[in-house]
Amino acid sequence: MIREKVRVKSFKINGIDVTGASNQTILEIAQENNIEISTLCYLKGLSCVGSCRMCIVEVKGSDKLIPSCTSKIKEGMEVTTDSARIKANREMILSMLFSERTHTCSVCVSNGNCELQDKSTELRLEHSQVPYGHARFEIDASHKNFVNDPNRCILCSRCIRVCDEIEGAHALDLMGRGMDTRIIHDMDEPWAESLSCTSCGKCVYVCPTGALYEKDISAEEAEKKRNIIMELLERKVEQ
Amino acid sequence: MQTQLGSSDDRYKLLEKSMKKLGYDKNALIEILHSAQETFGYLDKETLKFIAKRTKSPYSKVYGVATFYHYFRLKPKGLHNAVVCLGTACYIKGADKILTSFEEKFEIKVGATTRDELLSLLSARCVGSCSLAPVVLFDNKPKGNLTTEEAMQKMQEMLND
Amino acid sequence: MINSLEELEALANTKRCNEQNCQEELRVCVGSSCASLGSENLKEILDAAIKENDISDACRVKAVGCNGLCAKAPLISHCNRATKISILYEEVEEADLDELIQSVLNAAPVTHKHCDITQDFFAAQTKIVLENAGIIDPDDIEDYIAHDGYKTLFETLENKLPNEVIEEIKKSGLRGRGGGGFYTGLKWESVAKVQSEQKYIICNGDEGDPGAFMDRALMEADPHRILEGMALAGYACGADKGYIYVRAEYPIAVEKLTRAIKQAKKLGILGENIAHSNFSFNVEIRLGAGAFVCGEATALITSIEGNRGNPRQKPPHLSDYGLFGQPTVLNNVETLANIVPILKRGAQWFKSIGTASSSGTKVFALTGHIQNSGLVEVAMGTTLRTLIYKIGGGIPHGKKFKAIQTGGPSGGCIPESLLDLEVDYESLKKVGSIMGSGGMIVMDEDANMVELARFFMDFCKSESCGKCTPCRVGTVQLTELLDKFVHKKATKKDLELLQNLSHVVKDTSLCGLGQSAPNPVLSTLKYFENEYLEGISND
Repeated sequence: MIREKVRVKSFKINGIDVTGASNQTILEIAQENNIEISTLCYLKGLSCVGSCRMCIVEVKGSDKLIPSCTSKIKEGMEVTTDSARIKANREMILSMLFSERTHTCSVCVSNGNCELQDKSTELRLEHSQVPYGHARFEIDASHKNFVNDPNRCILCSRCIRVCDEIEGAHALDLMGRGMDTRIIHDMDEPWAESLSCTSCGKCVYVCPTGALYEKDISAEEAEKKRNIIMELLERKVEQ
Repeated sequence: MQTQLGSSDDRYKLLEKSMKKLGYDKNALIEILHSAQETFGYLDKETLKFIAKRTKSPYSKVYGVATFYHYFRLKPKGLHNAVVCLGTACYIKGADKILTSFEEKFEIKVGATTRDELLSLLSARCVGSCSLAPVVLFDNKPKGNLTTEEAMQKMQEMLND
Repeated sequence: MINSLEELEALANTKRCNEQNCQEELRVCVGSSCASLGSENLKEILDAAIKENDISDACRVKAVGCNGLCAKAPLISHCNRATKISILYEEVEEADLDELIQSVLNAAPVTHKHCDITQDFFAAQTKIVLENAGIIDPDDIEDYIAHDGYKTLFETLENKLPNEVIEEIKKSGLRGRGGGGFYTGLKWESVAKVQSEQKYIICNGDEGDPGAFMDRALMEADPHRILEGMALAGYACGADKGYIYVRAEYPIAVEKLTRAIKQAKKLGILGENIAHSNFSFNVEIRLGAGAFVCGEATALITSIEGNRGNPRQKPPHLSDYGLFGQPTVLNNVETLANIVPILKRGAQWFKSIGTASSSGTKVFALTGHIQNSGLVEVAMGTTLRTLIYKIGGGIPHGKKFKAIQTGGPSGGCIPESLLDLEVDYESLKKVGSIMGSGGMIVMDEDANMVELARFFMDFCKSESCGKCTPCRVGTVQLTELLDKFVHKKATKKDLELLQNLSHVVKDTSLCGLGQSAPNPVLSTLKYFENEYLEGISND
């Protein structure tokens, strides 16, 4: 493992000159400079996995599209975040996320408070470009406070990371693979029976959709609790 | 409840031994699962919890790993098993038709075991005997160059054994 | 224990002398294809017959690995060490063995089991990687040593510096045989120059392409050569620990490698301070568990670490952050099998074989609608026509050739018009396919290319790890679209979506599996578009 010294790097995003430290990512520098890049699996304060592929950008000299959340900055690189190619790819990726499971906003607890929904507004995507799948999963409402509805899950793994990295419980993980991948508690047991879960609720408040939600709670209350977790994550970044 | 396990069952002693050999190392989880499957024939939740405790790994992680790899079985195997190779060479020589004929005849989908637990029907992505395509492994013995009829005949021979 | 080059040579000589009296050798192939047809049983019967006839001084029976002609399994070859004449017998059955023994006694070959295509099949091949396959006994380290095995390692430890080894490999132009085609010397160099207490050499034996069995045959036939290649890599890069990641579906390969490691350790060829040098090297086997994605470098590493085989975004590259976070070299089985011959005969010799950009040979698994299916090794630059018609013996049942698929689920189909293509990394890429690990599947006129594309997409769908969106969802969507074409229920819009989606999956997936999953679709669209158009319904 080489530990390089942190150095200052200058480069361009969308033609604008920016600087950052060599251990920072393209996404971090973009955000520092108020350049918007769509994200979904990314959450400040948690490790980056680069799985949703929403934050793809182009770097001059390479024909690949790379996720900005995991890509470290380099001296002199020229990054584009909003070309026609990126937009087209992003729209298709978002379409795929919508098509994979059941995202009927009108009957969802998170309607109006959902990051997936926000993305479709942001990208002005009115309907999915690919046909909808018909996957159906059982809902786990066994926990006294929380519900897990895999039908609304986009497999961003934020809940797994927050449980492992912040709460330290690692009650959640993924089971299966490919299209059958699912979030589980312990050995795919009902949430209420999980021995590892501390019922802290962090997973619920970092969930970008309505896949994990709290029972009988007002929108304001949910917002407040979400803010508490986000602050906790922010503080972790500053440490 | 599970802590009581180990003591009464010799198979747990065997598993314990192989985990000890691997130093109860989290990194050796896949090796441990292999040896558990060899010992028990399949991996049930009790066994997986036992492994999780001994290697100090989260339950969800062990289950996640066990379900990721298709070599690991979470349900017991039938008395006999037939593995139809679905590698490319086998596929273009009609392995899919053999598989369908088995599925229809025994009224099970690939990956399942018949209700009488006599037969597990499985598929493999490639067993590497492509020159003999199409290949079916009957109780782990490969038979090659099969027509659908011959495959069914071999299947009956195995089940009557 | 062998402590020096002299002691190694002495052992080789003793072994050769002991066998000098034994002029006749019956080599029974016990590779997977032959073994599945009962060749191990044949060997036992032969052993008993030799004893019974009391000719064990003159003739011995040897279990060997694959000589390549798997279509004619089980194979037994009869060699006379003095005359160097060797006769290959095909499709040998129990009933033939008596005759075979008699033929050894009377020196009169059994004509009706004689394999008469050997000339065409073997003459156009160049055997470097497979030079020992079918000749040496993989279970006997002394046999390997008697064939100059481990001599290169001992000579290198005595006479060469690590950077000289790297220079030689760089000069040879050897490229990764697992698919990527990255220059092996450069890979080694990048790890060698990193300062670290711990480095690793990993041998990728997770051969997962359906229709490929080159690495399996190599591991089964000549396991010590792979160990020697790994040790040399370790010496060059400064690593003292190696892992071989093998598919659990290859039990014979696992068995041979396990035995080989044990034997090498016992003789001190692996272990601490090899040949009294400062160099130590140990090797362990790690089993795969049925996940194609684990052939991908970062997935393989995380799998060795005991996790779900999800790949991660590169960089960091393995040379900086590999196994357990340490600098790591990951080489394919066949790549490592090329190391010994290069160091033994020199980079110049190696470079003289093959094409300008791709030196050396490549082992291919030739299967599908072809007469002589099996394992072949040819110089890079050999044409597809030679491979299919000369070595492969053409298409059976008088059918016409339609296409050849290379590179497995990541590769593409090549039509008849390109049969004179000289096969190397660049030429295959240029026509929309890839070298891949070396599977070659021949298809005759009856093959349906849309169905083939669907087969590969379905494979990628079930092997997708599910981490990134484009691969997880895209392969499902593409399979369903291809289904429509297969059932002739597609629309013009579906064709557009098929192309569009293929490019998105290719451009945005996290790892090689997703990035290359659309290749079979794109290449069949390029050469067989009419078959897709036929899938569009008119209503």
